[in-house]
Amino acid sequence: MTSEPRTTSDDQLRSIVADVLAELGSQRGSAPSAGMPPAPLPASSALSAAIAATPASTTVSSGPTPHIELGDPTLNRRAPGIPNPANPAGLTNLIASTGARIGVGRAGPRPLTRSLLLFQADHAVTQDAIFGDVPQALLERFGMFAVQTQVTTHDEFLLRPDLGRRLTDEAKATIGSRCTKNPNVQIVVGDGLSAAAVTNNLDKIYPVLVDGFRSAGLSLGDPFFIRYCRVGIINDLNTVIGADVVVLLIGERPGLGVADALSVYSGWQPGPGKTDADRDVVCMITENGGTNPMEAGAFVVEHIRKVIAAKASGVALRTQGGDS
Amino acid sequence: MTDSLLTATLFGHRYEFRDIKDLLAKANEEKSGDRLAGIAAQSAAERMAAKHVLAEVTLATLRANPAVPYEQDEVTRVIDDAVNEAAYGQIKGWAVGDLREWILADTTTNEMIRHAAGGMTAEMIAAVTKLMSNLDLMLAAKKIRNVTHCNNTMGLPGTLGSRLQPNHQTDSVEGIRAAIYDGLSFGSGDAVIGINPSDDSIGSVSRLLEMTHEVITRWEIPTQNCVLAHVSTQMEAMRRGAPLGLVFQSLSGSQKGCESFGIDVGMLDEAYALAQRYAVSTGPNYMYFETGQGAELSSDAHFGSDQLVMEARCYGLAKRYHPFQVNTVVGFIGPEYLYDSTQITRAGLEDHFMGKLTGISMGCDVCYTNHARSTQNENENLAVLLAAAGVNFIMGIPMGDDSMLSYQTTSFHDAPTLRQLLDLRPLPEFETWMEDLGLLRNGRLTAAAGDASFFLGR
Repeated sequence: MTSEPRTTSDDQLRSIVADVLAELGSQRGSAPSAGMPPAPLPASSALSAAIAATPASTTVSSGPTPHIELGDPTLNRRAPGIPNPANPAGLTNLIASTGARIGVGRAGPRPLTRSLLLFQADHAVTQDAIFGDVPQALLERFGMFAVQTQVTTHDEFLLRPDLGRRLTDEAKATIGSRCTKNPNVQIVVGDGLSAAAVTNNLDKIYPVLVDGFRSAGLSLGDPFFIRYCRVGIINDLNTVIGADVVVLLIGERPGLGVADALSVYSGWQPGPGKTDADRDVVCMITENGGTNPMEAGAFVVEHIRKVIAAKASGVALRTQGGDS
Repeated sequence: MTDSLLTATLFGHRYEFRDIKDLLAKANEEKSGDRLAGIAAQSAAERMAAKHVLAEVTLATLRANPAVPYEQDEVTRVIDDAVNEAAYGQIKGWAVGDLREWILADTTTNEMIRHAAGGMTAEMIAAVTKLMSNLDLMLAAKKIRNVTHCNNTMGLPGTLGSRLQPNHQTDSVEGIRAAIYDGLSFGSGDAVIGINPSDDSIGSVSRLLEMTHEVITRWEIPTQNCVLAHVSTQMEAMRRGAPLGLVFQSLSGSQKGCESFGIDVGMLDEAYALAQRYAVSTGPNYMYFETGQGAELSSDAHFGSDQLVMEARCYGLAKRYHPFQVNTVVGFIGPEYLYDSTQITRAGLEDHFMGKLTGISMGCDVCYTNHARSTQNENENLAVLLAAAGVNFIMGIPMGDDSMLSYQTTSFHDAPTLRQLLDLRPLPEFETWMEDLGLLRNGRLTAAAGDASFFLGR
């Protein structure tokens, strides 16, 4: 036994580290066979010694980069995660009977890696949708100008729903100067809780709405976009516009992995004091497991024709028996 | 009553509070909902000044200052009329700060707390909660055991129950049954098999009660079923003979708030009486309630009180019906009431403690919505804290993703994980059932567990 710590030159260290990393890289690159746990990594005293002795600033030349080209895991959600099910065909049928994430299996009591990562991916895309913005170019394509509610920041939008239901004086002045008053139908677009809902669906639903309303002989107001928008804005904006019907396209609160669902809210002569009971809604408009935006547009046009004929919407329309 | 004086000087600055309601609100831990209501402390120092004053307020003063006056509000009357005057007589002179230390003292037992709690109103329970740290709330809650029985026994030390929540977007009987099989195979469902229906009609609710009862009967599962429709729908389903184990309703902390849910005390009394007559479960506890901070403000029924006080009043109302279980759906309401995981975590620990101190069997739907600043990691953290604090039950949902209600909660995987982590077991009758089926051995899932198709075998 020696009392002196063994010393290793920098060059020797680099060489050891490079060798071990290369060895690890080749082992990890080979996929474990299905149903078998991956082989444990080799216990390498050389590696741990090297890591312990290597200064943090030392750069280490790496081994060959493995080639990984993944198919989209979000397109293969329903594969059972249970290695030896009691009833394999039965399990497949059970999984097919619901959209819930059943039959995913486990590692000990925890989810499998692929289930965990898929769940986190769904949450990630949802977060991006909520905290994103509608691109200006999209609005320009449909000739929409943009105004803002009394909300000034994204945090405030989440914290103060009341401010998202009121326009600033400046916004009202802009709308007042740029919009035709008292049309039959005023279309408005709002980001709501999902900018992605507007970004992904507007170009499909909006032309259907415009063509449909025109074919029905209804006069259309000038469309515009409202940032930091809540549904209740319908009442406030119509104090300026005076439309018979306001149609608001607004992003829904995203569900997990369904981040781009749009809702269409509409109401007969909205104004102060009107509530959800006075409005109608078509929700879950998305090409990802909801109502197709073009079909939804056609449905909305038909519905608005009934609203205008009945001069009523919401509960009042249903009481008249005019609801489809 | 003379004008009260509620002031404190802190770091040389003098703070003044208008009345008890103002003091309670400003002493509350930070919640976005209190800010939205315009009643929160204006600064962190003002909050601390309020806590210092609140620590000196007596329990008698809090009884005399309910969130809504006795004459105006039947929830206040339910709570105040239920006060055990003998217990109250022993504690009425205590200051809130003394109550905190008494609850935490090692010489104070579960029995002593449960006796004293008979003399408490919701405002006292909320007040002491405001003076407690998160770890205080956990230790205090862990002491209190509220044990109930329906078809099995809830709340014993060393157990953690799980509500199996097999929701489906369109109430498909087959889809819900599949999720039930999945959950049972993980050991979820000992608290209740409870479905939030998408269709609130009597026909649909009865159909789901029939199916769940059939599964429970065929597999002889020591648990109870519930369909969380409006209570009036469940009452009618019972009258028509639907097999129901637990009667559910969401509660609010004021009469006005209850009215916005379409209920009043008379209706709940009638539902409780009907459950005792018609429920297919053994009892004696037949009721299941859900609550959550912020609900009163969202229906403008908070009367200027903070969301913690209003939540405590829900538990006071629940206690009237000796519920088998109550849970706060803590993060469901959204960021305008509980902004981020810090606030959701705090609220979950507060609600659990307040429910336990009120004397009810308390669980928690540990959850968040997609627009709250939280993630599943933070959600798992709160689940661990609550399990360590002795929470009676949590939720079980496939991968924690409730596609019907669009929020995330705890997974089927989480109750078995927490049981393994903290040496907890399912409810005892349910554990025996799992052992007999070969799904659990010495508290661990067996190789057969976690496979929904296991339940296709009978």
